[in-house]
Amino acid sequence: MSEELPKTLDQFYKFVSEKKLMALQCLDCGKIYLPPTPRCPKCFSFNTSWKELSGKGKLLTYTEIHVATPQFASQAPYLVGIVELEENVRLPGIIKNCRREELAIGKPMKVVFEEKAEERKSWPAWGRYYLVPA
Amino acid sequence: MMGKPLAAVVSVGLSKFGRIEGKYGRELFFDAFKEAIDGCPNLETRDIEALYVGQMSEFYEHQGHSGAIAANWTRLLPIPSIRTEGACASSGAAVALGVMSVHSGLCDVVMAGGIEKMTHQPTPFVTEALALASDFPFEQWNGLTFPGLYALMATAHMHEYGTTEEQLALVAVKNHGNAMFNPKAHLPKKITVDDVLSSRIIAWPLKLYDCSLITDGASCVILTKPELAKKYTDTPVYIIGFGQAADTIGLYERASLTSLAATKVASKKAYEMAGVSPKDIDVAEVHDCFTIAEIMAYEDLGFCEKGRGGKLIEDGETNIGGRIPVNTSGGLKAKGHPVGATGAAQICEIYYQLTGQAGKRQVEGAEIGLAHNIGGSGATGVVHILRRGD
Repeated sequence: MSEELPKTLDQFYKFVSEKKLMALQCLDCGKIYLPPTPRCPKCFSFNTSWKELSGKGKLLTYTEIHVATPQFASQAPYLVGIVELEENVRLPGIIKNCRREELAIGKPMKVVFEEKAEERKSWPAWGRYYLVPA
Repeated sequence: MMGKPLAAVVSVGLSKFGRIEGKYGRELFFDAFKEAIDGCPNLETRDIEALYVGQMSEFYEHQGHSGAIAANWTRLLPIPSIRTEGACASSGAAVALGVMSVHSGLCDVVMAGGIEKMTHQPTPFVTEALALASDFPFEQWNGLTFPGLYALMATAHMHEYGTTEEQLALVAVKNHGNAMFNPKAHLPKKITVDDVLSSRIIAWPLKLYDCSLITDGASCVILTKPELAKKYTDTPVYIIGFGQAADTIGLYERASLTSLAATKVASKKAYEMAGVSPKDIDVAEVHDCFTIAEIMAYEDLGFCEKGRGGKLIEDGETNIGGRIPVNTSGGLKAKGHPVGATGAAQICEIYYQLTGQAGKRQVEGAEIGLAHNIGGSGATGVVHILRRGD
């Protein structure tokens, strides 16, 4: 079934709105990856399909942003990090429920989803996921 | 064996870099153009056959189509003129196209340069405009800014190699100091490590003095076929190698967070083409958009081993008078970073150094120089290697 879903960014975020973290998997070499380029980054196969991820991983790096773009200015300072998920997929995200002093590279983290998706009338009407300590 | 010249730089020009009130990008480009042609009396402007102009964003001046505008304001019409865009590597890419044009044999003389006018906009606006060169769906959507992306690299580099905030600060101290000998620089200033460490946080662990400047400026270089160089100048500088590479737009997708593959791939190509190795480089302009970026450039360009960049600056090896002086102009950090103008401005500095025109910041006897220009968080990399003419 999932093979028929489009391999697009909108589809990735549609899954996020449904509280699912999905990546593409290459059906030839098995590589699981993001971003959802229709073509496998490892063996360049076009034979790929969506796969759900566990959302569990560890923190690879992090920062605390004090000077933000106008869209995020009201949230500053806020934490952003990159996690490596169990499936060896890397993902950036805003880190919630945590202070900078509590973070360290290697810290177990998990992906959570916004409780009630904001009604986004303008583009992009994407859902949001966040990173929190596991 | 050293590579054959691909193209010759016969003159260069720079506008003043800084907060230039009352001048727009095209007018700054005119200033750079005028300086370049004034420095090359044997050149008739009608000899110029094509123009490549780097500009990052139409956001700042509400103005796109800068290629045609640059030809219009310099009255070089109707030669073909296009804007090149590769984020902060826009004019490094313009120079590369210029090299390819003359090397292809299709053009005898071309001009390449860059423009950016930024300081009339407030910082949040500029932060957003710059962020447009990073990935939107995963990075901007998650609140990442350019300082944020380089901060992610800094955190990882400090963890992996023990690089310290003090070592990062030394890059700022050196480059602001070098800028004191560059009359075109935006922020010449004697600063201390403590000034850097006590400046306000932009994206932890990067502080205000770890970041390059929001600057207005333009740059321009005149390129010819090597065999025509002596018609225009007694002191040509030859481009003997270049390389350009693309990498993933998202930092998160890369195998390494402490190294830029675009730098490594582009420089490897450039070194091979030029027939030189990192130890042959006498002077380099590297893309120090943030202090951590200069440390990583040392390593990725092969000036030191991976992870030893912090030690290299600490030992003073990259100071003027050191083993491999880096960013003698003051770099993006202190000369300033008018984004689209930066790549060609780096070529200008190497030209000054190799022709002995760098004044008090002159590296004595410099024969071979390298310019390293990065777009965004490393999705574009351009490296040029230049040699002093005989």
